[in-house]
Amino acid sequence: MGDTAAGWLQAAVLVAALALSHRPLGGALAHVLTTDRHWRIERLVYRAGGVNGDADQRWPAYLRSLLAFSFMSTLFLYAFLRLQDHLLLSLGRKPVPADLAFNTAASFVTNTNWQAYAGEATMGHLVQMAGLAVQNFVSAAVGIAVVATLIRGFTRKRTDRVGNFWVDLTRLVLRVLLPISFVFAVVLVAAGVIQNFHGAHAVATLAGGRQNLPGGPVASQETIKLLGTNGGGFFSANSAHPFENPSGLTNLIEIYLLLVIPFSLPRTFGAMVGDVRQGYAVVTVMVLLWAASVVLVTANELYRVSSPAGHAAGAMAEGKETRFGIWSSALFAVSTTLTSCGAVNSAHDSYTPGGGGMTIFNMMLGEIAPGGTGSGLYGILILAVVAVFVAGLMVGRTPEYLGKKLRGQEMRYASLYILTTPALVLVGAGLAMAFPGERAAMLNPGPHGFSEVLYALTSAANNNGSAFAGLSADTVWYNTGLGVVMLLGRFLPMVFVLALAGSLAGQQPVPVTAGTLPTHRPQFIGLLTGVILIVVGLTYFPALALGPLAEGLR
Amino acid sequence: MARTTLPTALRHHLAALRMLLALTVITGVGYPLLVTGIAQAGLSEQANGSLLTTHGTAVASRLIGQNFALPARHPGDPHEVPRPDPGWFQPRPSAGGYDPGNSGASNLGPTNPLLTATVRARRAALAAFDGVPPAAVPADAVTGSGSGLDPAISPAYAYQQVRRVARARRLTPARVRRLVTRQLHGRDLGFLGQPYVNVVELNQALAEEARPGPRRPQARTGLTDS
Repeated sequence: MGDTAAGWLQAAVLVAALALSHRPLGGALAHVLTTDRHWRIERLVYRAGGVNGDADQRWPAYLRSLLAFSFMSTLFLYAFLRLQDHLLLSLGRKPVPADLAFNTAASFVTNTNWQAYAGEATMGHLVQMAGLAVQNFVSAAVGIAVVATLIRGFTRKRTDRVGNFWVDLTRLVLRVLLPISFVFAVVLVAAGVIQNFHGAHAVATLAGGRQNLPGGPVASQETIKLLGTNGGGFFSANSAHPFENPSGLTNLIEIYLLLVIPFSLPRTFGAMVGDVRQGYAVVTVMVLLWAASVVLVTANELYRVSSPAGHAAGAMAEGKETRFGIWSSALFAVSTTLTSCGAVNSAHDSYTPGGGGMTIFNMMLGEIAPGGTGSGLYGILILAVVAVFVAGLMVGRTPEYLGKKLRGQEMRYASLYILTTPALVLVGAGLAMAFPGERAAMLNPGPHGFSEVLYALTSAANNNGSAFAGLSADTVWYNTGLGVVMLLGRFLPMVFVLALAGSLAGQQPVPVTAGTLPTHRPQFIGLLTGVILIVVGLTYFPALALGPLAEGLR
Repeated sequence: MARTTLPTALRHHLAALRMLLALTVITGVGYPLLVTGIAQAGLSEQANGSLLTTHGTAVASRLIGQNFALPARHPGDPHEVPRPDPGWFQPRPSAGGYDPGNSGASNLGPTNPLLTATVRARRAALAAFDGVPPAAVPADAVTGSGSGLDPAISPAYAYQQVRRVARARRLTPARVRRLVTRQLHGRDLGFLGQPYVNVVELNQALAEEARPGPRRPQARTGLTDS
């Protein structure tokens, strides 16, 4: 089979697998988020934590629990990293320096998994599995918990209760993330991903040299890294590393894992609001954007657009693994930047200006197609709120979405949500470019160097975590600055989503009339897609013009 | 009693910490231990790195590429450029020199003149080394991988090296070509990824082909006797 046929078949099989998972997984998530029954182990966890699993919280209380949990997670992980030399399985690794430990703690708690360190040189096994990987589970669950409150805002009426944070968190970890991770961890081991507690293992090589082969509990961390759209690799090379992603088969499994929850959540949404067509409309927009991006990036890479180095080599092979090639690399790159995953199986920095520029644009969309676990769905629902509002302005009546009125208060929260991330990206990138020391961190000359900085800020503010990795970001300035951007980019939007959820839940639903905008028809799908592209395009066009566009048009 | 006297905010944060610790025990200790137990019990070959052995000693992981360079002229000098050994199939260039303690890519951009110049220089050097026209050298031979540990090369690059390896090892090209053909991997399930040749496995097969003596127990006994 030729490259082209194999590439299309791979994409088709991926889409089919995701489509088959959509209903069962989306339905299971809806059940988990709505049932009254606790499992026995969940009761044990609530007792261990000293929390009440039966009381619904108002949105400020829900937010307080979420922030307290995330704050303690950051402190705990920071201490873990600083003290790792005193712990088991540290492999003799030194304590992580303060600025890098803050950056890494913020990064994993916010589901970003930006990595200014190289795992194989910096982290012991215990801190990887009991520090970093734990955040992979819980930060993913926190994202889904927040979208659950927003959905409840639409489904509940005249209440100030949006759910119980501890129950949502515990159930999502124990009933969804843990079982799926476990099954696929065993599958990945069978396919070649390592799972042991060895330190580096020296071998005398075939040619008479020496090589230290690393060990570690990689497979168990690999699955949740993808399933929770976290993206923090056990090794520096992430999913390009053969011990993380040994074959074309594991590569497809990994792409599937990082997309499956975000693409199933619209079903959860549809099921919970009692109209699955609403979920289909949202997932259709996600699929359209994802498919368009796959085609654009793959085509740019195949045709070596505006890439002298690619023409000199004969193909865009720099930074790509032989066993994957262009099709499997581009599919991964698009999927990881349109979610909040940020795992990489190839070096985005060496992509064509158009292909690399698309990965930045994907993140700038706010990671909504399909987006991170939970954060993708609440991101696109906020944009759906804006789209409904825009349509309401056109006909001059108070807009409603799913029976809830979008008044000044709701639109204020939605607007603040939409303004937060671009402000962080553009102010942050502007500051970095204003300081000569931070400019010097660029590896590549010209507009591509600016793209590295823009990528870093976009990745941090959107909690993606992938990088144009040429940027030397392990400096006090970048570690601190990006750490703060990650925290603000994660938790400020969550505040606005929870406030919106509370405001919606308090409303009495209005009946559907002839004048109500239907939000499940192709018309709305087109409207929402248009709003997404216009909002993002207008916000970021100047920055993109200075980076990838300037590089591509040179 | 102590609990009721604590300020509310502190109580919240203590509860959060206890929840975190409970979930850490389950997902951060229990889960990886369980997966490791299963992996070591039933899938130990893969779980321990898919090692290749020669005479019972591990010489490589089949997943991790290696250097096949001549011994350094100035072993202490970090700037010395390694010279490829003509008697081995050569892997792709690596940003980290096939050191698993330093995985990663060059990260050079598509318009970076340094990358273009490096690619051109590699193309010229390989064409001379393998005795082929520069235009025939495939892309993977002149570019670094994403991990810097890529054990695979394209079938085209493997076949390009046959004549040079055969000459250096005093084998017939047909014999070496047969080795390459035996090591061709198709796409996974016929459509996933790209076809490739694993250089580490190919070179191990080459070593066994070229030096059949030490493989036989008798020959080894003979050596120790003398």
